[in-house]
Amino acid sequence: MADSKLIFEGTDWTFEKLDRAYEAIEQVATKELRLDCFPNQIEIISAEQMLDAYSSVGMPLMYRHWSFGKHFIQHERMYRKGARGLAFEIVINSNPCVSYCLEENTMALQALVMAHAAFGHNHFFKNNHLFRQWTDPDGILDYLDYARGFIARCEERHGERQVERTLDSAHALMSAGVFRHRRPPDLSASEEKRRAIERFKAQEEAVDYLLDTFERPQTAAPVPDAASERRRRMHLPEENLLFFLEHHSPILEPWQREILGIVRNVAQYFYPQKQTQIMNEGCATFTHFYIMHRLHEDGRIDDGAMFEILHNHANVLTQPDFDDPRYSGINPYTLGFGMMRDIKRICTEPEDEDRAWFPEIAGCGDWLGVLTEAWANYRDESFIQQFLSPRLMRELKLFALTDDAADRYVTVDAIHDEQGYERVRDALARSRDVSINEPDIQLVDADLMGDRVLRIRHFRRDGIPLEDADRTATLAHVRRLWGYDVVLE
Amino acid sequence: MSHFIDRRLNPKDKNLGNRRRFIKRVREQVKEAVNKSIRTRGIRDMDRSGEVTVPTDGINEPQFHHDPRGGRHERILPGNKQFRAGDRIEKPPGGAGGSGRKGSDNGEGEDDFTFVLSRDEFLDIFFEDLELPDLVKQTLKEIETAKPRRAGLSVTGAPANLNVGRTMRNAYGRRLALRRPTDATVRELRKRIFELEEIHAPTAKQRKELKETREELDELLRRQKVVPYIDPLDVRYNYFVPRPEPNAKAVMFCLMDVSASMGEREKDLAKRFFVLLHLFLTRRYDRVELVFIRHTHRASEVDEETFFYARETGGTVVSSALEQMKKIVEARYSPREWNIYAAQASDGDNSPGDSSRCMQLLNDHLMPVCQYFAYVEIIAEEETRFLKHDGNGTELWLAYREVAQAWPNFKTKRIANPAGIYPVFRELFARGGEEAQHG
Repeated sequence: MADSKLIFEGTDWTFEKLDRAYEAIEQVATKELRLDCFPNQIEIISAEQMLDAYSSVGMPLMYRHWSFGKHFIQHERMYRKGARGLAFEIVINSNPCVSYCLEENTMALQALVMAHAAFGHNHFFKNNHLFRQWTDPDGILDYLDYARGFIARCEERHGERQVERTLDSAHALMSAGVFRHRRPPDLSASEEKRRAIERFKAQEEAVDYLLDTFERPQTAAPVPDAASERRRRMHLPEENLLFFLEHHSPILEPWQREILGIVRNVAQYFYPQKQTQIMNEGCATFTHFYIMHRLHEDGRIDDGAMFEILHNHANVLTQPDFDDPRYSGINPYTLGFGMMRDIKRICTEPEDEDRAWFPEIAGCGDWLGVLTEAWANYRDESFIQQFLSPRLMRELKLFALTDDAADRYVTVDAIHDEQGYERVRDALARSRDVSINEPDIQLVDADLMGDRVLRIRHFRRDGIPLEDADRTATLAHVRRLWGYDVVLE
Repeated sequence: MSHFIDRRLNPKDKNLGNRRRFIKRVREQVKEAVNKSIRTRGIRDMDRSGEVTVPTDGINEPQFHHDPRGGRHERILPGNKQFRAGDRIEKPPGGAGGSGRKGSDNGEGEDDFTFVLSRDEFLDIFFEDLELPDLVKQTLKEIETAKPRRAGLSVTGAPANLNVGRTMRNAYGRRLALRRPTDATVRELRKRIFELEEIHAPTAKQRKELKETREELDELLRRQKVVPYIDPLDVRYNYFVPRPEPNAKAVMFCLMDVSASMGEREKDLAKRFFVLLHLFLTRRYDRVELVFIRHTHRASEVDEETFFYARETGGTVVSSALEQMKKIVEARYSPREWNIYAAQASDGDNSPGDSSRCMQLLNDHLMPVCQYFAYVEIIAEEETRFLKHDGNGTELWLAYREVAQAWPNFKTKRIANPAGIYPVFRELFARGGEEAQHG
């Protein structure tokens, strides 16, 4: 019987069908695409549980805070109104790699989602250098478990209100609470606990010491280069506000410092995801596209299922034009998938233009090698810089605009033509650079022996100011954590 | 294979803790919204879930981020149609900057934040001002009280529920059908055998009879053993199902003075007063009908909308409302079938001389048929100071006080804020609690 090759038929899924599909997908993923993945753990959840997972930033466990409740209500409302569907899956960068699949998915969708998340994203998490360097997939779930327990204990001991205030302030500084250039300290749970205890002791001692010297001003007699010496000892300037406050704030209790540390670690954990959104989605989309096509060609998926898969694939890849009411920025799926498919084309059937632009890879034939290397060693900004082809720019009809507040006009700098390719590519790469997108804010000085004013400096790029209302509100949070005056220059 | 884990049966509502913290956070705004909906909702709809909109102020999550309007931004957009390099496009006025407007981080923009409060959350906040004791809150929030009712028999059950009569009857029927020898028959045979054995020199006939009788006895004993006296098949247990409380009906009369002296505040308080009584009644009765009677110098039965919102001018003759209530009771609500409750709200004004008429109506006609009659006089905050004594007050107040002394189920109270409402019902709730305990 010809049908015997089919992995599944019909729309309803069962665990046996899922198993068969998983094996078939794994076959293609590891043998043909040579993907290297964490072991998979695929969990089937209901819509409500999916909403739950949404609101705790996609993590299976999280400490309690009102803002997650707020996000839950938002998502739920959108979902109930039908304004937004649920994601088909959520995948977590952990070892084993946990992916959540929605129970309402049809069998075809489950297969698509497995290929996408359990292999595409999984491979990216395991191999991309940013994730390898900056996250700890072995320890993250343990750590979150510890964090949740710790914050619950703090609520018991110090009251929900106190903990909430500390968390509010810490969350406000979350985006300014990551190390962008230094490697963050490791965070396995037991290690963290041990360090926490040490830190409590050390902090208590340090604060005592500070107060002692404060009462005996003669020991703190100002020497000429006291300021620079002080800055050196506190490792100033410092870009990680949370880290600095955690270690040097004169007023925080030890448990508050620990909460700051938790928020900082969570922020750091998500930092690579911010920088690789296009690549990550591109990798996953390319993977599912390749695997599903292969299974269809081999007669293991029937036409009906393939139609459904392609339909969903196309939905995800929709890129509305800039003047379309649905437009909300460049779709990372479209761009990522488009570039990766283009790399494959350049490697196998290059045109003259491609030979001129990409001499190293054009016609080399080893598209998989090029992609594997790119997945491992690039981030969005460098990936675009390196691989965005003129052909794709033409397809997407990309153009660059300059919007200067001082000017009554916006100017079209470049479009998808011979003169504009490089400019458009560079501008797009820059726009994906997190260190340019996010304000450059650094702590420059804090005179603990003197007026205790904390000095923060915002280094403007292109004259772009901080948004005013949020700037004031966020500064109030810094003040709360620092306990003394804070100046933002 | 252990790739797949079915989590669908895991506990849901992981977010309940977060939700509770969120609602606590927006407590003030939620309360305001609930108070507003007291004004707009009908009395019957009060214990439903409801949508609440709060301004985003208190629940903003600020971060340092770039101002999309200041400085120089370079943007890449897809879908170019006719632009060429060097084109200059005038910005639309208002500085929205025609290009790629990004939604704010929370995706909802500056709009107010709307969400649905569950029934419990709604009632909690509604009760807050009323200063209800916890036990009362609990009674009101309970959706239904159920009592176990006999519902036939079952073949399984706890020994305590054994239905002896039915079990024995079944056993008897079975014994008859299977022809189980009775003990009396056995006794008789034994007696006969004994008699035969007593004979010293039995005849051959007697010997034969003895042998036959013995065989017969053996057979009967065997039958008795095979067909037991009570078989597990016979056993029946009483079967109980939970059933809602008795199907009792109540009618609640809302009486209110709607003359010009009753302003927004007064009506708002009155409404809370009616709502509370209604909530309580719906807890105790399956069906509660509402009758709204408003009055100026004459009374009329109206619908809820008109009752609270329409204005009417005229004098104030309280007895007209009581008269109207009496008429309606006589026409539609026979006290034998209905539990009659009444709640009256007024600012205390009455035309001179009418109060004694009210007294007479209450004493002679209404109080004998009413389960409970609650009267609140809504006064201004300032008045609370010089109306401390129950002994002074308007003519109506004094008249009602006399009625209250004669009838224990008549309650009067002056209120100036929501917290004053509950004491009017205190006894009603206390009684409800007692009954619940006995039940």
